[in-house]
Amino acid sequence: MQKKMRIVVVGGSSAIAEHCLRVWLADGPAEMILIGRDRSRLQRVADDLQVRSPQSSVQLVTADFLDPSGIDRTITDAFGAGRVDVVLIAHGSLPDQSECQASLELCRDAIGVNATSPVLFAEACAREMEKRNYGALALIGSVAGDRGRKSNYVYGAAKGLVTRYAEGLQHRLAKTDVKVILIKPGPTETPMTAALSQQKVKLARVEDVAAQIVKGIKAGKSVIYAPPKWWLIMLILRHLPSGIFNRLEI
Amino acid sequence: MSCVSSWGGLSADHHQVVNLMDPSKLESSICRRPLKGLAFGMGRSYGDSCLNSSGILWVTKGLNRFVAFDEKTGRLVSEAGVLLRDIQRLFVPRGWMLPVTPGTQMVTVGGAIANDVHGKNHHASGSFGDHVLSVTLLRTDGETIVCGPSENADWFSATVGGLGLTGVILRAEVQLRRVAGPWLDNETIPFSGLPDFFHLADDSEAGWEHTVSWIDCARRAGVRGLFTRSKPSERTQPFSSRPSVLTMPVTPPISLVNELSLKPFNLAYYHLNKLKAGRSVDHFERLFYPLDNLLNWNRMYGPKGFYQYQCVIPRAAGFDAIQAILAEIAKSGDGSFLTVLKTFGNRQPVGMLSFPAPGVTLALDFPNRGIRTQKLFDRLDAIVSEAKGRLYAAKDARMPKELFHSGYPRLPEFLKFRDQGISSDLSRRLIGN
Ligand SMILES: Cc1cc2nc3c(=O)[nH]c(=O)nc-3n(C[C@H](O)[C@H](O)[C@H](O)COP(=O)(O)OP(=O)(O)OC[C@H]3O[C@@H](n4cnc5c(N)ncnc54)[C@H](O)[C@@H]3O)c2cc1C
Ligand SMILES: NC(=O)c1ccc[n+]([C@@H]2O[C@H](COP(=O)([O-])OP(=O)(O)OC[C@H]3O[C@@H](n4cnc5c(N)ncnc54)[C@H](OP(=O)(O)O)[C@@H]3O)[C@@H](O)[C@H]2O)c1
Repeated sequence: MQKKMRIVVVGGSSAIAEHCLRVWLADGPAEMILIGRDRSRLQRVADDLQVRSPQSSVQLVTADFLDPSGIDRTITDAFGAGRVDVVLIAHGSLPDQSECQASLELCRDAIGVNATSPVLFAEACAREMEKRNYGALALIGSVAGDRGRKSNYVYGAAKGLVTRYAEGLQHRLAKTDVKVILIKPGPTETPMTAALSQQKVKLARVEDVAAQIVKGIKAGKSVIYAPPKWWLIMLILRHLPSGIFNRLEI
Repeated sequence: MSCVSSWGGLSADHHQVVNLMDPSKLESSICRRPLKGLAFGMGRSYGDSCLNSSGILWVTKGLNRFVAFDEKTGRLVSEAGVLLRDIQRLFVPRGWMLPVTPGTQMVTVGGAIANDVHGKNHHASGSFGDHVLSVTLLRTDGETIVCGPSENADWFSATVGGLGLTGVILRAEVQLRRVAGPWLDNETIPFSGLPDFFHLADDSEAGWEHTVSWIDCARRAGVRGLFTRSKPSERTQPFSSRPSVLTMPVTPPISLVNELSLKPFNLAYYHLNKLKAGRSVDHFERLFYPLDNLLNWNRMYGPKGFYQYQCVIPRAAGFDAIQAILAEIAKSGDGSFLTVLKTFGNRQPVGMLSFPAPGVTLALDFPNRGIRTQKLFDRLDAIVSEAKGRLYAAKDARMPKELFHSGYPRLPEFLKFRDQGISSDLSRRLIGN
């Protein structure tokens, strides 16, 4: 019998992560560790996954997402329990830009959850994975991190930090068997974007985005744009001269 | 405020849409709101039962998690927004299936309960509510009621088929049934004349789990149609590919179903399928949900939308009434590509307002052509009312109050269970609030 895949998800209640897990489980049972801040929200996801795949196992871990020593312990334990094939760092939160401009606390929190926290988790995982010279470490950034713009630059800056961080980690681990993957979703229909969907922003289906992410991880890509068209859109946006860019209402 | 339509596309009124997603926020989204609300599943109801113009719509599609499944007994607990399609696709390969599904699987568990939907196997398995073991209902005053066939049975009977008016269903436990695989042994038999139809229906009741027939509604010279019956097949071969999905890309400026297309379509459909008549083994999705692979087919009726008229007539009066209804329709020159005639089994439904009843049911679509369509419906109503039949609220956008009250004698009993914070376009039209 094939060995069960072992997957660690940080931000286990994220809709994108949950759909990625469903895609993985469709291939066969897995052993999953879901890390989150709220047990009941993790439990809802775990119950659903367990119905979908009764042969799988799900372990739930709650943690403080900004506490370095707690994160260190959580990750050490997760790796201590056995081989880890994939880590997916998925948590994040989309703040309202104008509210960020009005409150420095909110700014700090947005950067904390979208930049500092994923970096701390990734750094702890990188250490464990490098030690074992094995595994795939995937971080969810965002197309918003490719170029700052007025409608969401605090969030975008945090995601941009994750981009630079992932590049550096890829450089550091290039000669090892550890694969570092940066995922950049475009606007996707999840609880995070509920407010956007009311404003009639066109959102991708989370099922499709998840399928593209899992496929990209399997194929060993370094950067995954999901849906893929965002690669081209962001290429163009990144290269627009600021004289033009700054006049766009985006 | 966003514009929301139901499947028939007859209106697109403003609603305050609230997406239910986070279980910890359900209470604050639903309870003690200044405006009245209504649960909304996939909006697969044709008329106004899932609409609440100028009020709140609690969209349930984010409540789409499974909660528990017992592999030994086949009992499945899920949240109310789970699609019947997702249940079928996950469980059929594991040897379990929903005992009753309607002609589309793109509906939610909550919607299937609130309309107590039926399938082609009513005579064998009853309606959806017959397989529901428990429902968790949140009332807008904050009370949570768990009900089932033997626990708070009165609440259960009000909520099954209760048109969403007794509270918001948060989760339900449903009994699945064992199946060998996704295949059905199927037989299609051409028939002409209603006596022939009733014969086939009666003959098939014992040996065939699913029966339905399509009839040519455009023909004045007597009824003719195709009777289809099927039952689970022993074939277990896994099935490899799903047919591709097509989409009706735009709403055409006028209905594509009209006097010019109606007769030729029905004629061609009859003859093409007559050629294929006989026995076959088919996948359940193809047999049960033939329209699910043509997304947005409702658009073909054009921007004015369409009605579906579905009645059930007690068996004693069934023959004459169906004959008279079909004659009226053929005379009118209106009607649809898909006219469905089916007998219901001799059993009483669980719900106080459930639609199925012993007898025979006829369903067909009509493009909305204003007054002319309304006048035809008046003539059909007279026949249904005379025969002591009733219309299906899930399909209705226009029945007169009197017909609703006479068709659903348990309405007064039902009203005691209504949730005062909930209202729909249909409830305001037919009940008054
Ligand atoms: C192609 C097609 C074929 C069909 N064939 C059949 C058939 O063969 N047999 C049949 O019986 N029906 C049939 N129908 C009708 C359809 O099955 C019903 O209208 C069904 O109830 C729609 O479910 P929904 O999830 O879309 O609910 P909606 O249409 O959104 O809502 C239906 C009702 O359920 C209520 N509701 C929804 N969710 C909840 C909840 N969580 N709590 C409380 N109330 C809730 C709503 O308030 C509303 O009153 C068909 C429809 C189509 C489009
Ligand atoms: N959806 C999009 O359009 C989109 C686009 C680009 C990038 N992304 C990124 O994709 C990732 C997944 O998002 P999603 O769309 O799946 O959204 P989601 O379903 O709302 O999930 C967000 C996740 O982040 C967690 N989280 C939020 N704030 C937190 C905090 N302060 N501390 C700890 N955990 C916190 C949430 O946990 P709780 O359940 O406990 O709240 C949840 O697990 C995020 O990194 C997001 O930035 C999304």
